[in-house]
Amino acid sequence: MSRYSAFALLRNWLGGNTDWDPVWRSPEPASSYDVIIIGAGGHGLATAYHLAKHYRPGRIAVIDKGWLGGGNTGRNTTIVRSDYFYKESADFYDHSLRLYASLSQELNFNIMYSARGILNLAHSRHEVDFQRRIVNAMQLNGIDAELLGREEVLKFCPVLNGDPNARFPIYGAMRQKRGGTVRHDAVAWGYARAADALGVDILQNTEVTGFRRDISGGVQGVETSKGFIGATKVGIATAGHSSVVAQMAGFRLPVASYGLQAFVSEPVKPVLHTVIGSAVIGSYCSQSDKGGIVCGGGIDPYPSFAQRGSAATMEKVLAGIVQLVPTFSSLRLLRQWAGIVDYTADSSPIIDRSPVPGIYLNVGWGGGGFKAIPAGGEAFAHLIAKDEPHPLTTAFGLQRFRDGALIDEAAAAGIEH
Amino acid sequence: MTGYRLSHGGGRIDRGQSIDFSFNGKRYAGLAGDTLASALLANGVQLVGRSFKLHRPRGIVGAGCEETNALVQLEHGISSIPNVQATMIALEEGLVARSINAWPSLTWDIAGVNDRLRGLFSAGFYYKTFMWPDWHWFEWLIRRAAGLGKVPVVPDPQRYEARHVECDLLVIGGGRRGLAAAAQAARDGKSVLLVDLDQGLPSLEGVRTFEKTAALGIWDHGFVLAASEGRVIHRIRAEQIILATGKQERGIAFANNDLPGIMLAGAIGRYVADYAVAPGRSGIFFVNNDLGWRSAIEAAQCGVGVRAIVDARPQVLPELAHRARAHGIDLFFSSLVRSAHGRGRVTGVTIEKPDGLSRLACDFVGVSGGWNPASQLWTMAGGQTKFNERSQSFQPDGLVANVEWAGPEPIEAEPIWTVHGGDEKTMFVDFQTDVTVADIKLAARENYRSVEHLKRYTVLGMGVDQGKLSSVPGAMILAETIGAEPGTLSASKVRPPFVPTAFGLIGADLRGERFRPRRYLPAHEWHVREGAVFEDFGWERPAAYPVGGEDIQAAAEREAAAVRSGVGLFDGSPLGKILVAGPEAAAFLDRVYVGTPSTLKPGRIRYGLVLNENGTILDDGVYARLQDGSFLLSPSSAFADRMVRLLEDLLQCEWPMDVVVQDVTEQYAVWTVAGPNARNVLEALQPSFVLSSERFPHLSVREGQLDGSEVRIQRVSFSGELSYEIQVPAGQAVQMGDALMAAGKPYGLVPYGIEALEILRIEKGYIHVGTDTDSETQPGDIGFGGAIAKKQSDFLGRRALTRRSSLSPNRKQLVGLTSLCGGILPVGGHVRAPSGQSGGFVTSSQFSPVLGRGVALGLVEQGQRRLGEIVEIVSLGKRWQARISETVAYDREGGRLDT
Amino acid sequence: MMRIACPNCGLRDEREYAYGGEAHLDRPELDCDDQAWEEYLFLRANPKGEHAERWVHVHGCGVWFNLIRHTETHEVVAVYVMGVARP
Repeated sequence: MSRYSAFALLRNWLGGNTDWDPVWRSPEPASSYDVIIIGAGGHGLATAYHLAKHYRPGRIAVIDKGWLGGGNTGRNTTIVRSDYFYKESADFYDHSLRLYASLSQELNFNIMYSARGILNLAHSRHEVDFQRRIVNAMQLNGIDAELLGREEVLKFCPVLNGDPNARFPIYGAMRQKRGGTVRHDAVAWGYARAADALGVDILQNTEVTGFRRDISGGVQGVETSKGFIGATKVGIATAGHSSVVAQMAGFRLPVASYGLQAFVSEPVKPVLHTVIGSAVIGSYCSQSDKGGIVCGGGIDPYPSFAQRGSAATMEKVLAGIVQLVPTFSSLRLLRQWAGIVDYTADSSPIIDRSPVPGIYLNVGWGGGGFKAIPAGGEAFAHLIAKDEPHPLTTAFGLQRFRDGALIDEAAAAGIEH
Repeated sequence: MTGYRLSHGGGRIDRGQSIDFSFNGKRYAGLAGDTLASALLANGVQLVGRSFKLHRPRGIVGAGCEETNALVQLEHGISSIPNVQATMIALEEGLVARSINAWPSLTWDIAGVNDRLRGLFSAGFYYKTFMWPDWHWFEWLIRRAAGLGKVPVVPDPQRYEARHVECDLLVIGGGRRGLAAAAQAARDGKSVLLVDLDQGLPSLEGVRTFEKTAALGIWDHGFVLAASEGRVIHRIRAEQIILATGKQERGIAFANNDLPGIMLAGAIGRYVADYAVAPGRSGIFFVNNDLGWRSAIEAAQCGVGVRAIVDARPQVLPELAHRARAHGIDLFFSSLVRSAHGRGRVTGVTIEKPDGLSRLACDFVGVSGGWNPASQLWTMAGGQTKFNERSQSFQPDGLVANVEWAGPEPIEAEPIWTVHGGDEKTMFVDFQTDVTVADIKLAARENYRSVEHLKRYTVLGMGVDQGKLSSVPGAMILAETIGAEPGTLSASKVRPPFVPTAFGLIGADLRGERFRPRRYLPAHEWHVREGAVFEDFGWERPAAYPVGGEDIQAAAEREAAAVRSGVGLFDGSPLGKILVAGPEAAAFLDRVYVGTPSTLKPGRIRYGLVLNENGTILDDGVYARLQDGSFLLSPSSAFADRMVRLLEDLLQCEWPMDVVVQDVTEQYAVWTVAGPNARNVLEALQPSFVLSSERFPHLSVREGQLDGSEVRIQRVSFSGELSYEIQVPAGQAVQMGDALMAAGKPYGLVPYGIEALEILRIEKGYIHVGTDTDSETQPGDIGFGGAIAKKQSDFLGRRALTRRSSLSPNRKQLVGLTSLCGGILPVGGHVRAPSGQSGGFVTSSQFSPVLGRGVALGLVEQGQRRLGEIVEIVSLGKRWQARISETVAYDREGGRLDT
Repeated sequence: MMRIACPNCGLRDEREYAYGGEAHLDRPELDCDDQAWEEYLFLRANPKGEHAERWVHVHGCGVWFNLIRHTETHEVVAVYVMGVARP
């Protein structure tokens, strides 16, 4: 892998850009691997990278039915943050945010971590009280968080609706300064390039159609659209399709899949310099480096695998954006799309062994998987390599559903998490 | 300055009506019927914009929604709309438009230097650098360079509307096929709606026609959103949809193909025919299909100077060649335009003929690289496409329920996407985003070989036109580059909306207050009269009634003190009121509540909890047994709607019992009279029943008359004082409020708001579910373990209470918290555990005027076993010492309930 | 924007309804074990394909009913009243 740098860019400028290597290979599947990860999204690729770099379990493949990074990694609204309430979540997500901060150097790929801050607005005194609860929890967990008053909020983000008689007047906001955005595709591509350089085979356009198990029930490999591929261990990191893959392996998961939509406006000159959102209004947005206002909101209200989205949700989310920033009313929507997200009952993920020996789970991220990619990859690699949970994810197992020990971040939710 | 108005023709313009407009500060005149684009061309304005990345000078390319270069900031008085396609703007008197993305001016744009560095700014260059020391050092610069127009600084003055339309048949596209389909269906007696982007459609008998209307997309079950003139959004529900959306021309990538003056051949044809505008005096057409010829010949027929037609094919229909020659047009077969020349505008081209290269001067070029079906809506509806070899295009294929493709026959075209031999860095595929053949080849070299990777890496097709011109050529050039069979890579996925649409228009009927209508109390004007300060608690409710310059806090303390010492009046109308009746009502409610409603005697009231199946407290509230088979439930105001739904869900799906549920929450107002003098106030209004505690004890209900009105009165208390909740029909709310105020005057009765109620309930340790409980709180955590132990049968959530986490000794439990210094503890402050972590938090806190100190409630780990313990509370960097105490801080014995 | 046929009211827009979770889940008895309760509360079929689910005509007549809906195409395959077995 040739290194990326300003110097390499200059050299290629003079050389007509003919000297760039492929970012990853397009290998044919081997007959078997030591570890197969299903799902070449951020989590799957990061897992392969960490496995190859730190645990070296042998041959590793990441397989995907489509193009790498084509699921939720390439469909989300690029927000990263660690403003979580419970310690279990806070420790995990903040570790992820810290990994993001140095990920460009780690991968030698500019993932454009932009710590532009994230503002969660409060529209009543009661909400301010509630945010104080969260901010204090974050501070006790060692995470930066502030509670801003109305005037501070409007000074920090002047485009917000400052009308005291607005339907949702601003009373204050919670801010995490290290929160912000990361270029989503770059995360998939950066991990893919780095994993490929470490010998990981990324098998795109290879669809898993079933599992082969031995007489004791343990996994032997996967049936795919390109034939059988043997594997000692198989990790599932297929987000919205986790239950579809689980069904092939013969078990059910405590998840339901929903469409989560995202929206982007035409590009405009810089006007919004932070991430803004409101749980009460149900919308949030930020401005991409290209200039588009990237908007999101809640999930569609019924299960779906359509990657399309309901028009009613679109109306609500965009009307909500206009509530947040009235001048965005004349801004025009360029593109709407949806990803399929798998939600657990407590909106927290599952990183655990599955009921089938040799099959491991990294699922249930809901709408919040993107921000968790670096730590999710690290933890999942640890789980697969050592067959025991990473210390940061011991609470995120399947057992919690039997015990009732949910980590319900609904309490800490901005809009989604 | 090359374009001009022809002396004859122009189907759309009215030569008698001149229209003044301004572009980039300069005044021009156009004609009625012009678009901004046609008027600019007629005025010889060729340079209209700068491209996104390289800031290359650009001119008008198309004539409709495919336009990719001519984006302007459209200014209407104080409003200003960014990035509007000049081809889609109907010219209006006084119109003001400016070009975007150029500074200081369009002709002299500093960022034009980017073009000199174009090899450096290759596709995805930003992924490869700016990593050291940190992206933050560079991001601001990149952001400033990016973006096109500007967001207006004033609120959007446009008044948007949403309308619902139903029809048997929706025809999208008013061309020949669309009109024919619409007319036929109308004759067959169907209700037909026809929408088209354009105007001037013929009117058809029995067909509703929406002009200047863009169908934005097709959603589930054939639901269509369509936007009219950017102002009205139609929600169309059609039994059947016919897509007659026609075709779209595409370009050919040759060197410098983006010079102003180089346009789509079909667009030139439209400017000439519809607006009598010639783009120049000497043109060359570069084509690979017959329609390109027709555009050239029609232009020549209208008097436009057409110098040559360059066709990639070896021959053409004799009829076309004959007609072209008749207009003195030179013909070059098996020939290509290799490159265009000029600075800031096209002045000539180099053509590659079988016998070598030659150079021709010209001042405009028409390009026709073939035609794609306008299949965007088809694919949005879930339709498939199939590569058609003859036309080199992806044609709709297969079936979509209730959607029919009625597009044109594919137009035969030579496969020619790029002209080799020129500088690939100036062979543009996506003009707006500056994606060139070199960029696509770079992406292929780097193995970004999925069309979606290509799109994301190079930003091909991500401009305002969403790839209408560039997506298919981009995919074809990628296929050619990597040696894939033509057609094996289709264009990237198309997404709604078909044309850019204002956020405000999409959410048209959710603007302002309508986003979530406020709920007003039946006696709202009464509270206004009494000087209430309102806040949104799900309903607009009085927070307090300040007098004499009080702030809310001071008013609340005065009001709370008045309730404790005299009497107060509170509007509790949002409180849920749900009638549950039937022979099995009691048995049903036994399954719903933690307690046992079936043991309640008629006329009596009890407090109860409702859990979800995970064992978490959903709501608390009282229920009254009105008669043997009927109950009145009073869930909290925030839960009332959900409670009704929960009960219906259980009755219809889980336990089909002989019970009916009726929500009467909004039919009755509730006035709460609370305080030691409460009984005296009611006595003054001639109640039809005895109020004494013996005859009407605490936790009982009576129905009768008060002040001549029919009322239901519940003796319950959320303040700890003697308290009567008086339910009257909502229409009598103001009248009853006035009567109570008058009756209370001798006793110093004051109205009190939510904040005073907070003080009173916290003093008494009464919880507010959702504030003093969270998504983990179970009955045992708030002291209801005993009640459960006594009950035998199942109820909602019971099974969950015996799982491991429910039995954990470390659960957070509700306690009182008393600041050692007597001050007010911060709501949201946390109890710091010995580990330094959170050991719980303050959920409610107020200053108690009657106790002269702060009172608070909190959820604290193992709190009920730690009574008396002193803990540290931290909030936003400050600390407090507090004692864990009983939840009840005032009148622990409850004697005041029965004064 | 789907259209769903309410058993009482006929075809109405998606906006009038609310989704109510997977259909045909049997609530276990109080003496069931933790696993049975876990399955009832949390484990779901969540198929990419036909899904039996509960809906309520919340902004209409208020009836709860079952429908079978394809989760990828959103095609409504069948509507049937509560208490009836999956067709």
